[in-house]
Amino acid sequence: MIRLERRPEPSKLWTAVTPVLAVLLTMVVGGILFAFLGADPVGAIRTIFWDPLFNPQFAGFTRPQLLVKAGPLILIAIGLSIGFRAGIWNIGAEGQYIMGAICGAGAGLAFYPSESVLIFPLMIVAGALGGWAWAMIPAVLKTRFGTNEILVSLMLVYVAENILASVSSGLLRNPEGRGFPGSRNLRQWDAAANLELIPDTGMHWGVVFAFIAVIGAYVLLTRHIQGFNIRLTGEAPRAARFSGVIPARIILLCLGISGALAGLAGFFEVSGPAGQISIDFNSGYGFTAIIVAFLGRLHPVGILLAGLLMALTYIGGELAQLMLNLPGASIQLFQGMLLFFLLATDVFTNFRIRIGTGETA
Amino acid sequence: MYRRTLLASAAALAMAAPAYAQDEPVTAGFIYVGPVGDGGWTYEHDQARLAVEEHFGDQVETIYQENVPEGADAERAITQMALSGADIIFTTSFGYMDPTIAVAEKFPDVKFEHATGYKTAENVAIYSSRFYEGRAVLGTIAGAMTETNQVGYIGSFPIPEVIRGINSAYIHAKKVNPDVEFNVVWAYTWFDPAKEADAARALIENGNDVILQHTDSTAPHSAAEEAGDVVTFGQASDMSEYAPFPRVSSIIDNWAPYYIDRVQAVIDGTWESTDTWGGIDSGMVGIGEITDAVPEEVRAQATEVMESIESGEYHPFTGPLNKQDGSVWLEEGETASDEDLLGMDFYVEGMTGEIPN
Repeated sequence: MIRLERRPEPSKLWTAVTPVLAVLLTMVVGGILFAFLGADPVGAIRTIFWDPLFNPQFAGFTRPQLLVKAGPLILIAIGLSIGFRAGIWNIGAEGQYIMGAICGAGAGLAFYPSESVLIFPLMIVAGALGGWAWAMIPAVLKTRFGTNEILVSLMLVYVAENILASVSSGLLRNPEGRGFPGSRNLRQWDAAANLELIPDTGMHWGVVFAFIAVIGAYVLLTRHIQGFNIRLTGEAPRAARFSGVIPARIILLCLGISGALAGLAGFFEVSGPAGQISIDFNSGYGFTAIIVAFLGRLHPVGILLAGLLMALTYIGGELAQLMLNLPGASIQLFQGMLLFFLLATDVFTNFRIRIGTGETA
Repeated sequence: MYRRTLLASAAALAMAAPAYAQDEPVTAGFIYVGPVGDGGWTYEHDQARLAVEEHFGDQVETIYQENVPEGADAERAITQMALSGADIIFTTSFGYMDPTIAVAEKFPDVKFEHATGYKTAENVAIYSSRFYEGRAVLGTIAGAMTETNQVGYIGSFPIPEVIRGINSAYIHAKKVNPDVEFNVVWAYTWFDPAKEADAARALIENGNDVILQHTDSTAPHSAAEEAGDVVTFGQASDMSEYAPFPRVSSIIDNWAPYYIDRVQAVIDGTWESTDTWGGIDSGMVGIGEITDAVPEEVRAQATEVMESIESGEYHPFTGPLNKQDGSVWLEEGETASDEDLLGMDFYVEGMTGEIPN
């Protein structure tokens, strides 16, 4: 007989091993899936994990693209992880990302075509504030009326999407765009463009901010009293209250940080890789970042690695579609498996397997 | 009827570069905004891709990438396709315009074709269809079929392309039924079955017994089927699963003739940056079978409109036509210029409601 026995303490070893195990299991089961689709499984896995980094035909382009794709994921996931540590579930980062992009782009476009050096900093602040303000809605509703932040933040994603559609065909529409929806292209306006800082490296301001966020979150969680309060709130809410932590403050702080970071990610995306506000500007970073946060064990360094890994599966997945004619849905399935196996293997972090009936009462 | 407006600079450069014929198989790449199984816009582009494969056999290889979001990911997807060795890349959605131009700058030897946009370059051609020609035929049927004289129209976005379609349908509905009124609902989406169904139900509840749509799902058809006596038209693809009723006809995107033509040009080494706006006569705009649910004389009327457009003897926007505010747009016998059509941001006289801004 096999049964699970709760460990007295979560296993440190398994905490570190499960992400690796999840990746390996995903490769195996994904390989089987690709084999059923008629592709060479080893070739497909190599295309996804190896080619973006080392294929001479693509790597020169795709390697920097890893940073471009991972930047916003890491930035958002860092913010989310701080809340998740405290048991505050912001599921609506996608909405905060959209609002950050709209506010950042809008603040800049109000001064078009000025070439002032103040434009870009202003847009950064506006982007962060936009995301922060959007996250404050579920935060205030929770602290004032006890609403559920999961539902409120998620619903606000759909509100944000409608605002996005409205401004891209109205308020922020490019006056020289022949009536088509979509704002001016910020990349073609020097004062607002978030271009690569060093050519062909993928490093833009968003990636720089992502690295800063990783360091900041690490310091906050390990060295700062608020970080301790956040962790305490998540791990032992009653103890936190007894030690004088005010829950409402933690809620406002956590949702505020995650909202602001998601807003920043949205702004850097709209002024850089995306270039313009358009109806379909958002492409799910806010949701994917939730996977990244968990894959990284809610730890800043883990999130950094998880973000890069996720970016690798995206870009490798695109190459697999292109080179092996695999359907797009199979790549999404492959990425979904990663989270599934992570959660499944996580059981071993908190439980151990006992085989046989050797109970010594 | 291909409108080849060759840019002067492109012409000069094209002459400088020697044209060459290819011996190796040509690779044609396609970037899709939706899944190939969406049953509408992307599905029709993919059908055309398959037609290219069929037509050229071993001479041409095709590759595609589906579900490419319009935005940051598009530029990467197009770049990767160019890196993988594609000779010609079709980017099949308006939102790929700036990414296509950006990638084209980096790959001067690859030919790019962008659908429904307006920016060209030496190695970027653009193409679209004169869907308004097809809408004239559907409008004729719609005007004749309505009993309540209320025709509902589900618009996607208030852009010239969609406004042109509304005006064309309205003008021709009114020709056969002077009492007809159009009620436009803006869905702000190209494809969202739930929203489209809501829009259709709202229109039906308000007494519209004919529904035209410029959105790509079949949801309005199924809403009409529930209501029982409401007429609909297929959009982008035939949607014949709802025939013979409520779907009585359809406007079909047929990209195959164009794609075959352009890939042939790459093979021959004669490809040039062009601006193509094909209509019914080029085969790019198709009219789906008009079913038996439509009375014989209406079918004949609609067919006549279609044939006169196809032969070029009739232009759907022929004066006298006034704008909604009563000002003169086209004098008696005058036809609309392409420039007017491409930037159309007004309703014609008789339309009610305002275009959202």
